[in-house]
Amino acid sequence: MLEKEGKIRIPAGCAISGIFSKSGKRINGESIIKSISIMHDRSNGLGGGFAGYGIYPQYKEYYAFHVFYDTDSAKNECEAFLDRHFDIVDMSKIPTRPHKNITDIPLIWRYFVTPRPTKLASSQLDEKEFVSRCVIKINTHIDGAYVFSSGKNMGVFKAVGFPEDVGEFYRLEDYQAYCWTCHGRYPTNTPGWWGGAHPFAMLDYSIVHNGEISSYDANRRTVEMYGYNCTLLTDTEVITYIFDYLVRKQGLTLTEAANTIAAPFWSTIAKLPEEERSRMTYLRNKYSGCLITGPFSILLGFEGGMMALNDRLKLRSMVIGEKDDMAYVASEESAIRLIEPDLDRVWAPKGGEPVIFTLNDGVEI
Amino acid sequence: MAINYFYPEYEVVRDTNKCIKCKVCARQCANLVHTYDEEGNVMLADSSKCVNCHRCVTLCPTRALKIVKTDHTFKENANWSKESIYEIYRQAETGGVLLSAMGNPKPLPVYWDKILINASQVTNPSIDPLREPMETRVFLGSKSGPIERDENGKLVNNLKPQLELEVPILFSAMSYGSISYNAHASLARAATELGTLYNTGEGGLHKDFYKYGPNTIVQVASGRFGVFKDYLEAGAAVEIKMGQGAKPGIGGHLPGAKIVGDISRTRMIPEGTDAISPAPHHDIYSIEDLRQLVDSLKEATEYKKPVIVKVAAVHNVAAIASGIARSGADIIAIDGFRGGTGAAPTRIRDNVGIPIELALAAVDTRLRDEGIRENVSLIVGGSVRSSADVVKAIALGADACYIATSALLALGCHLCRTCNTGNCNWGIATQRPELVKRLNPDIGSQRLVNLVTAWQREIKEMMGGMGINSIEALRGNRLMLRGVGLNEKELEILGIKHAGE
Repeated sequence: MLEKEGKIRIPAGCAISGIFSKSGKRINGESIIKSISIMHDRSNGLGGGFAGYGIYPQYKEYYAFHVFYDTDSAKNECEAFLDRHFDIVDMSKIPTRPHKNITDIPLIWRYFVTPRPTKLASSQLDEKEFVSRCVIKINTHIDGAYVFSSGKNMGVFKAVGFPEDVGEFYRLEDYQAYCWTCHGRYPTNTPGWWGGAHPFAMLDYSIVHNGEISSYDANRRTVEMYGYNCTLLTDTEVITYIFDYLVRKQGLTLTEAANTIAAPFWSTIAKLPEEERSRMTYLRNKYSGCLITGPFSILLGFEGGMMALNDRLKLRSMVIGEKDDMAYVASEESAIRLIEPDLDRVWAPKGGEPVIFTLNDGVEI
Repeated sequence: MAINYFYPEYEVVRDTNKCIKCKVCARQCANLVHTYDEEGNVMLADSSKCVNCHRCVTLCPTRALKIVKTDHTFKENANWSKESIYEIYRQAETGGVLLSAMGNPKPLPVYWDKILINASQVTNPSIDPLREPMETRVFLGSKSGPIERDENGKLVNNLKPQLELEVPILFSAMSYGSISYNAHASLARAATELGTLYNTGEGGLHKDFYKYGPNTIVQVASGRFGVFKDYLEAGAAVEIKMGQGAKPGIGGHLPGAKIVGDISRTRMIPEGTDAISPAPHHDIYSIEDLRQLVDSLKEATEYKKPVIVKVAAVHNVAAIASGIARSGADIIAIDGFRGGTGAAPTRIRDNVGIPIELALAAVDTRLRDEGIRENVSLIVGGSVRSSADVVKAIALGADACYIATSALLALGCHLCRTCNTGNCNWGIATQRPELVKRLNPDIGSQRLVNLVTAWQREIKEMMGGMGINSIEALRGNRLMLRGVGLNEKELEILGIKHAGE
């Protein structure tokens, strides 16, 4: 019998695509679906997903939990847990439309929540740490329940299927986001589990990723030391946790985190000016367990921004296009040209060079 | 008494058709095996004195010599081996403790040989080290603590002192006294050229070698021989030796006969006195005492040098390592039960301690479970025999490996395991000047550099095969390993899967 994702590590190749509006202009999900669809052959129908930022302005102060349930009893157990730890201001099924290519559908629910003040206070944790621990607890301990999105004013939508079908299934044309990221998966095995699709998200970080990292177990064992529990055994999961650890817990900037994860080679560092050399050496030395080797291209979505990053040798394709206030990132240039033929600039970032787009100063979402 | 006659275990075989009676063998053998009989114009050999070190064999110009295992035998007995019988005869004669040298030779499991390494196929690319950078640089030292920023928001380098190695291989502790001046010179020069470190052992540091200080680890052991201010300041790091894999739980003894000249001066003890290292440090009877010695050494070296604590791999090594990691040490060195020695009681060498592979896996897992793995670096030794062993050790969780027997082999050691006699024909484990000079430090250091460079190339090839281009991404990467022929308990302790899983 095939083992479920999390029991076994499954390598996967992929396609990624992302759209970002620096002026905070919100667009619906149709163009990101169109963009990923042209890279159909980079997926194999075993996983697709999207992350949208700025989609819940009416509830932007609340954590939006998207949850898969295998059974009603898992739902009851999870909701009891949520009720104990959070004030739930709204809950509903996530709207979907029947789709011939999307089958074996779990229960898919959405909750807008905020931590119960007494619970939060007695936990002696900051709010984000409290929320992330609750999410990890549900995913680890409640069998058949899986929180796959837990940020504020953002949401992940994913399923087993081709990404364009997944987008239609989730009616993404009804959501307006200033940032979309998307993933089509090509795993080498058939777990058939929706939780294994990407993006992978923790709080407002979401990651789509193409690659198979060779440092996986070194990275996994590093983050697990800091309280993360890698339940999926996927690269995406561990990369998300590394970013969360470096940025949220350690206080590095995104660029510093990128310099740690896809660190320059020592020979490159040796040629840098003294101050920069010392900074890079410090990061590589102090966080050596967070260095990622092997091929990857990732899109990290976060509140107010998006970062694209390639592995240090650039073993995966990734192209960036810019037009006015819009930025596009994709595995293939065609995926960008399809939705914006007239680009101001098209370029391929170097291996290990983080490209970060953030909202312009003063833009409020 | 006739019972004390032991038929030699190894016999010297001379092909008289090839022998030209040049007497090289007689001149070279410090054990006086070979003699020339003028009357009969023949070379004779007394095999009972032969230690099987191959010195005569390698220098015989006509290849007339070889050493063979004798076929002389007791009545076969699966329980009572010839070795066991002879040892009883020996002890019945002398009432003494049996002594041996080098590592445990018994046929106990070598876990390195039951672990296999992964390589990339299709889903991610292997990397060619001839075409792409392939990094083996490693920093040893504590990485713990939060980041700090200056008033401009820039990161401040707040790391404790670190050792920077170009390759994750260091030369393990061997004292001046147990090995020769020329052997030390070879190690010091090779470490400097390779960008790594060698270790003084508990013999002090000869004045001539202070110049290699940046590539030297100075050891502080239970006898405190040769320890003083200049010594501590000379090294790049200070190692507290709590134990040794070859003889856990016991101290050391360098006989007074070897405490002569420079060795006496370097150890700072009078000529002719026995250098006895006590079994424990008499100021360390518990973990809190260790903390005080760590702090004292840091105070003495102004917190500029990392402190290493070396322990033998014993049953509860994981808990011990956890204690050490909380005692202020920057680096823990673990020495497995196959580690070598200049001299150890045979029973201890062969029966005490545990394999380094299991000790390493247990320690790394324990430190991670407790969230303190980054407080310390881990160096492991105790029979690292090849670059593949290094790769496996790092994937199990080590930061670097100590090698000593491998280094001595590079210098010419033939593993005859009689270092304790002081008659090393290869000029390594001896203080006899005419033997010491046989080891040329120019050649010795070059051979060490060659060895480590060759291993480094092989490590890069294996890393590239796995699609890993920097050694830190291999550290603790146990998914890159699979066991063969191991039971579930062994796999569980090693934290690896079986081949095929």
